[in-house]
Amino acid sequence: MCETQPGQPAARERPAPAVYVHIPFCPSRCDYCAFATWTDRHELRSAYTDACLRHIAEVQRQPADTVYLGGGTPSQLATADLLRLLEAIDTAPAAEITVEANPEDVSPQWALAAAEAGATRISLGVQSLDAHVLRGLGRRHDPAAARSAVAAIAAAGITSYSVDLIYGGAGETDGSWRATIKGILGLEPAPTHVSAYALTVEAGTPLSRDPARHPDEDVQAARYEIADRMLADAGLEWYEISNWARLGQESRHNLNYWLQGDYLAIGAAAHGHLDGRRWWNLRTPERYIGAVERGDDPVAASEHLDPAQRAFEALELSLRTSHGVPAAALPLGEDPAFDRLVTPAPDKSDRVVLTLAGRLLANQVALRLRIPPPAVPTHGSGHSDGSGHSGHRAHLLSQIT
Amino acid sequence: MTDTAHIRNFSIISHVDHGKSTLSDRILEMTGAVDAREMREQYLDSMDIERERGITIKAQNVRVRWKSHVLHLIDTPGHVDFGYEVSRSLAACEGVVLLVDASQGIEAQTLANCYLALEHDLEIVAALNKIDLPAADPDRYAGEIEQVLGLPGDDILRISAKTGEGVADLLDAVVARIPAPVGSPTDPLRALIFDSHYDQYRGVVNAIRVVDGTMRTRSKVRLFIAGTTHEVEEIGIRTPHSVPVDELGPGEVGYLIAGIKSVGEAKVGETVTDAAKPAATPLEGYRDPKPMVFCGLYPVDGDELPELREALEKLQLSDASITFEPETSAALGFGFRCGFLGLLHMEIARERLEREFDLSLIATAPSVEYLAHLTNGQTVEVDNPSAMPPAQNIEFIDEPVLRLTIITPAEYTGTVMDLAQTRRGNLEKMQYLSPERVELIYAVPLAEVVVDFFDQLKSRTKGYASLDYEPAGYQREDLVKVDILLNSAPVDAFSSIVHKTRAQEYGRKMAAKLRELIPRQLFDVPIQAAIGGRIIARETVKARRKDVLAKCYGGDITRKRKLLEKQKEGKRRMKNIGRVEVPQEAFISALRLDD
Repeated sequence: MCETQPGQPAARERPAPAVYVHIPFCPSRCDYCAFATWTDRHELRSAYTDACLRHIAEVQRQPADTVYLGGGTPSQLATADLLRLLEAIDTAPAAEITVEANPEDVSPQWALAAAEAGATRISLGVQSLDAHVLRGLGRRHDPAAARSAVAAIAAAGITSYSVDLIYGGAGETDGSWRATIKGILGLEPAPTHVSAYALTVEAGTPLSRDPARHPDEDVQAARYEIADRMLADAGLEWYEISNWARLGQESRHNLNYWLQGDYLAIGAAAHGHLDGRRWWNLRTPERYIGAVERGDDPVAASEHLDPAQRAFEALELSLRTSHGVPAAALPLGEDPAFDRLVTPAPDKSDRVVLTLAGRLLANQVALRLRIPPPAVPTHGSGHSDGSGHSGHRAHLLSQIT
Repeated sequence: MTDTAHIRNFSIISHVDHGKSTLSDRILEMTGAVDAREMREQYLDSMDIERERGITIKAQNVRVRWKSHVLHLIDTPGHVDFGYEVSRSLAACEGVVLLVDASQGIEAQTLANCYLALEHDLEIVAALNKIDLPAADPDRYAGEIEQVLGLPGDDILRISAKTGEGVADLLDAVVARIPAPVGSPTDPLRALIFDSHYDQYRGVVNAIRVVDGTMRTRSKVRLFIAGTTHEVEEIGIRTPHSVPVDELGPGEVGYLIAGIKSVGEAKVGETVTDAAKPAATPLEGYRDPKPMVFCGLYPVDGDELPELREALEKLQLSDASITFEPETSAALGFGFRCGFLGLLHMEIARERLEREFDLSLIATAPSVEYLAHLTNGQTVEVDNPSAMPPAQNIEFIDEPVLRLTIITPAEYTGTVMDLAQTRRGNLEKMQYLSPERVELIYAVPLAEVVVDFFDQLKSRTKGYASLDYEPAGYQREDLVKVDILLNSAPVDAFSSIVHKTRAQEYGRKMAAKLRELIPRQLFDVPIQAAIGGRIIARETVKARRKDVLAKCYGGDITRKRKLLEKQKEGKRRMKNIGRVEVPQEAFISALRLDD
């Protein structure tokens, strides 16, 4: 929306699109997982990498500011494939290049290869340090693998790494959850970033068919509060519902999603966004490879957001972050039970951010969002529109670069 | 015109499922009224719902020839809700065939209908049906009929309506034993309307029995009670096809079409007389049947209110006993408070509204009509619990009572008495019909009967007990109104009038039920049950603590937006009561009677 307003420089300052690459191979399937992943198609890895290379060459027009290899399990790629994949992507100076990895895949050799390929950041899927909880999640790895993986990452010279955690699984207690957080905070070196996710029951997963293991909302709320407190005490500040980071260590790639930025989609089932058009690629690796080999666009479907939808989406996404939304986008002052969910942004702007209680009820806040009336243009800041998303971007990126 | 000496008018009366419709079919077939090609089972039950449920709601009548006689077979409604219509049908007859299942014996409606026939001084021709069944024990039940009803055992016929065995003998017995009608064709006209239905092309079609005088086409007739005058457009007989005739004489049964717009103008029990030469007095026994059971009907989709009104108006054209008036509920929106003759009548009406008019409806719990005697000396009728005046203004409340006749195998006597007692029943009479079967007569508040009494009776006696009822006036009871408050605001749809001793239980149950059904809000929501200002039960829906998607990355954004759009749509459909958002489904579930 704001890009089309005359006299504003924002549109010309769009950063280079980010690139997301989906690697749909996993050694085993976690029983809560509904992602597009396969455990029996490793023989496709090389052809799949070829297809990604060709696809990148066809769609990338400018250097990427951020690259994210997600999955699935990107660390299941042969190191040679990882290398040629990252080399194929044109990146801007000081680009953030994240690779997701399973702790047990991260050997010193793998870490060196990743560093050589240009990875600047590793996202480790630790999930829990409690073997009992890991079994309950249907995951196989050994909690001790995290320690050696972290050491390997540091030895390879990668200074930024994130740990993924899941809470609310069967067998977890407040105590075991605290022990897991304490354990990852005690890793040497300590993580610069933590993502902690409430275990979510997705339709069609083995977990969905086992109601006895379904998480309790109140228990998850309590676990979230434990995590927030412990992470904050360790200097990791929340900046999105499920993400905490040391200052300057936020995931720029993910921030770009929440600022409604553009990103290219490479690989099966990957999603992309360019200027209000959202699309997603063919879901299976075979069909993705086939389409790219034939020279077809591997897109499965897409949607175009109208201006109102875009404006709402911008607010919904921004609401989840520490940048918040304009106060005028919410019906404040009518219901104290609602008002307690947000608080004025610390920079004393006209924005509000979610409180701890509000983060846990973010959907309820999002339901009440409305497009704020246009504000009086301010001097040259370039974000006078209500949703202000080009403004958010400038603000957030300035925080972290 | 048929000579009265050759006319026999009779009804078949029986308990539900004892084979009345099958016998009617057989009679139609054996007298050649309907040929085999046309024959379909239960020919006279023409409404879909009747066919599906195997019951007769609207009576039909048919004229057949048997040897040298004309027989008018008048089919009566088979359900106790329509007792008044049964009594009018009987008033059109000189005799009845009392049909009893030879494998089951006398049931509650057998007795009730038999007493009704005796009240009308009708000749009773008793027949044991279903003698082809292996379980049939005609000797035993002939003895029962003789003992209980005092009909000579030798006179009881034994038939199988299904196979036709004995049906010819039965028709001969009808001719031999049921008296011919009396009446002079030259007397002033008096004809009884004993049924009426609405035809969308012809308007109201009345079933009539001429008692005195002669009715002629194109003559002017007057309706005694309504006081209106109409021109006779068509009269005729049913064979069962409609056959127009020029005149109908004394004792003859047929139909009348006279440009009447709705059945409410020519109600069952009305007397038709000649407009130019009216009779001095109407026929006896007219009564305006009063609705006994009430409920609110609301369209699920509030936009369908005009359609619901139109449907009710149309339904009323063919069913004058349905009443309705607009009603507003904070919980359910706009709808109508409707009155019915009984529970089945209510169910059928609702089903017809949904089926014939394609409406989706919410029905509130059934209620009865209370008489509230106020401290200022006034008395008000209250058919909606939420409209009950405040407790401090009420001196006392009267509630309608039914007299229930229950016949049960003796082994279930204890459990039946237990049920009746928990429903505040008062035992008036108990007698053994035979060593194995007991008749119990209870006075029970109607309000206790409308809540699944019949289902309970059936399930506690494995289906063996039978039930009949009649209104037995009002009685003073210690009743209170229990309100349900949601975040301190009353939810009108859940107000209920209950006996003081049950108030606590009702309040607790309702509060607990709602606690399960009401989604958690951003704040703690108290659910209270209260009598006046006194809280008798309380539950709390704890504030919701978590409603957030854990992940929102590139691939989740579209999904999240759609989820929020759906949630927003759901929020739009919520009803707001005391700042609490409640989905309509929660009200619907809470109104369900099953526990």
